[in-house]
Amino acid sequence: MLGVLRRKVACKANGVSALGQGIRVVASRAFSSSGKEMTVREALNSALDEEMSADPKVFIMGEEVGEYQGAYKISKGLLEKYGPERVLDTPITEAGFAGIGVGAAYYGLRPVIEFMTFNFSMQAIDHIINSAAKSNYMSAGQISVPIVFRGPNGAAAGVGAQHSQCYAAWYGSCPGLKVLAPYSSEDARGLLKAAIRDPDPVVFLENELLYGESFPVSAEALDSSFCLPIGKAKIEREGKDVTITAFSKMVGYALQAAEILAKDGISAEVINLRSIRPLDRSTINASVRKTNRLVTVEEGFPQHGVGAEICASVLEDSFEYLDAAVERIAGADVPMPYAANLERMAVPQVEDIVRAAKRACYRSTPLAATA
Amino acid sequence: MAIYRLARSRTITRFLKTKICPFENIHERFITPNHSLFDAYSSYKTLAADFTRKPHELWDKTANILAFRRFESARAGEQAEAVAYTDDDDDDENQEQDPHDVVQAIDFPGGRVTFTPQIKFISESTDKRVPCYRVLDDDGYPIPGSRFEQVDKETAVKMYKSMVTLQIMDHIFYEAQRQGRISFYMTSMGEEAVNIATAAALSPDDIILPQYREPGILLWRGFTIEEFANQCFGTKNDSGKGRQMPVHYGSKKHNFVTVSSPIATQLPQAAGIAYSLKMDNKEACAVAFTGDGGTSEGDFHAGLNFAAVMEAPVLFICRNNGWAISTPISDQFRSDGVVVKGQAYGIRSVRIDGNDTLAVYSAIRAAREMVIREQKPILVEALTYRVGHHSTSDDSTKYRPLDEIEHWKTARNPLARFRKWVQRHGWWTDEEEAELRGSIRKQVMNAIQVADKTEKPSLKELFTDVYDRLPSNLQEQEKSLSETIKKHEQDFPADVPL
Repeated sequence: MLGVLRRKVACKANGVSALGQGIRVVASRAFSSSGKEMTVREALNSALDEEMSADPKVFIMGEEVGEYQGAYKISKGLLEKYGPERVLDTPITEAGFAGIGVGAAYYGLRPVIEFMTFNFSMQAIDHIINSAAKSNYMSAGQISVPIVFRGPNGAAAGVGAQHSQCYAAWYGSCPGLKVLAPYSSEDARGLLKAAIRDPDPVVFLENELLYGESFPVSAEALDSSFCLPIGKAKIEREGKDVTITAFSKMVGYALQAAEILAKDGISAEVINLRSIRPLDRSTINASVRKTNRLVTVEEGFPQHGVGAEICASVLEDSFEYLDAAVERIAGADVPMPYAANLERMAVPQVEDIVRAAKRACYRSTPLAATA
Repeated sequence: MAIYRLARSRTITRFLKTKICPFENIHERFITPNHSLFDAYSSYKTLAADFTRKPHELWDKTANILAFRRFESARAGEQAEAVAYTDDDDDDENQEQDPHDVVQAIDFPGGRVTFTPQIKFISESTDKRVPCYRVLDDDGYPIPGSRFEQVDKETAVKMYKSMVTLQIMDHIFYEAQRQGRISFYMTSMGEEAVNIATAAALSPDDIILPQYREPGILLWRGFTIEEFANQCFGTKNDSGKGRQMPVHYGSKKHNFVTVSSPIATQLPQAAGIAYSLKMDNKEACAVAFTGDGGTSEGDFHAGLNFAAVMEAPVLFICRNNGWAISTPISDQFRSDGVVVKGQAYGIRSVRIDGNDTLAVYSAIRAAREMVIREQKPILVEALTYRVGHHSTSDDSTKYRPLDEIEHWKTARNPLARFRKWVQRHGWWTDEEEAELRGSIRKQVMNAIQVADKTEKPSLKELFTDVYDRLPSNLQEQEKSLSETIKKHEQDFPADVPL
């Protein structure tokens, strides 16, 4: 009974009262966890909750999102609050529910489609690219697709090759899509809200290992109208000797590397990309023009990766400012192995980033000598 | 785990003891011999109501019969001597409890099911295929006993004229491609009845998700010949801004979702649109088309399964025209066509003669009403034939006999058949025919000539609509492009506006 009442209240599209409810609900949840800290999971959950409350057209669809409370508990409590018409459990057909989501978006609803991991999105990739990404263009603006595809991306821990690939570069190359990769809880909240409100299709790449991590959140970020701009990177740590770009989990590693480098007298500037497409070229280039050295970090495969794109962009725009060749740190060029020791070798570690930054900084001798 | 004892019903035993074929039963039910030829006052509600009054009973009976068929007697029509049972809801007062005829049932996820001590396979094929619904014979005479929705003169003439227009348009555009004036074209020759009669039977609020051989629906809804020409030529007057290859039409105001080349992707999308219509409580449905080839795509399974599970009001129409480019249906699937696949998803289905205008009209009207009233999907298989090549990139004479094509083009032509019926009513004459054909021909030729000379879309349309708003990288590129053009004006083609 209470659930029904709460749903009735939450679903009303009255701006102020719904938002008011939202803030009160969110604030109480945040205070009850750990002061002004929030896990990424809570951040995503609260963002979904607030957006669904504010706009009755938003609905969630995916495997296990309802009764199971979400495969990773991201949609916890939402079925109970909004009912089965807005939180839909689907059969195991990625192509099916991605296609249905696209159809619903064609009509004007705002679906949030969850893939259990983005590895499974490959079974639906035709709908994401050929239907969602290209429809607005092909229909000359008649059909817009305000859809969000979200789910964990990249490596987790001990899940093997078919559960560990990073799709940032794949989706990042496709015009018509926006591709976001949050790192902290604030990123998760602000970017997911922005993604849901955006009229274009958005691929939202989360990270399973970050779901449980806690980050401080500002009071501004807790507000239900909070939103981060799409296409702007964030300078997580300012520095002047070398620029390190990263996204998602690698931002944490880059920050740790920056701490270690600081002890060796190298001041590293860490850029959290936040947005893979559109890529914030101006922030990256401005930073490189300041530091003159660049290290790109990503978890995905090296060939045709995000780092390759950043490297090319910097060469095109800031060639004269580079004092050293660009260093790319990426995952090993192998399908992810399962054994823990092998897995560790296949993914970038903090030491790899430190070594690369040092190479970028001491590169006054010819390449052969530093091999 | 409860085991329920069920008793035999007199009705079912009587039913089974006679030599029966389950499909014959369906046929009987809906072609009743005592109805008059032209039921002038029957509305489509009657036709649909016939189906909906006791549909589940009928399907249940069919399912039981199939289940009871023994492995050894795989041929349909043989006596089924298995033990009978009945659902305990109906016929209760008539049954005689005979302890020797009791059968047991058992609970499993999914419901209660009876069990048998012998392995009983459901046969992979039946002697008799599912019959198709047909109203007019090849000479345009209504078949005795046929029930169909009465069509008034205005609708009949409009349907016929639209079919002629579609046929002529297809013919001339095809030739235009052959002359190199457009890059590509696909005709709907032979499928005019499916196109036009379906369009006439639907409401303009129904949202169409085409495959690519349904331009007749746009034509019926008011898309002009000039608009077709502008899309094929990619001119600045194209509402699609020259973004798509020819025949990939789309029109939001006509509720016609833009044609998308990958096959069958529109099927789960239709379920999504239908679900949205349902949430909005609209009195409209989604109508998704596919061909026989499209039913092999994974999306066919996904779309139908989801629509059934979500109870989405989608009307799935499969144009089974016998060919998927060069793949005949014998290489496409081994089932009895597409209609039998519906039951596998729990979707009510029907097979119709797609070259019979009146049959298509009546069936689609009935199906649509069911979809909207019951908020469930329906599958319609329209049997027809692809008279033309798959597209201008195909030469079908390379893989199918010329006389087969000729036969379907002439003797089985849907236009000729319907024309005979319309003319017999005194609603159409040979003079009107000649006049119509002449005027449409002129209009199409004129549209082509005008479109050929019309300017292409301006260069800025290269960059718009990728996103809702022009992103910075595209703004830069647009600027850089216009600067380059200014620098080398003499090299820039004169017929491309900026």
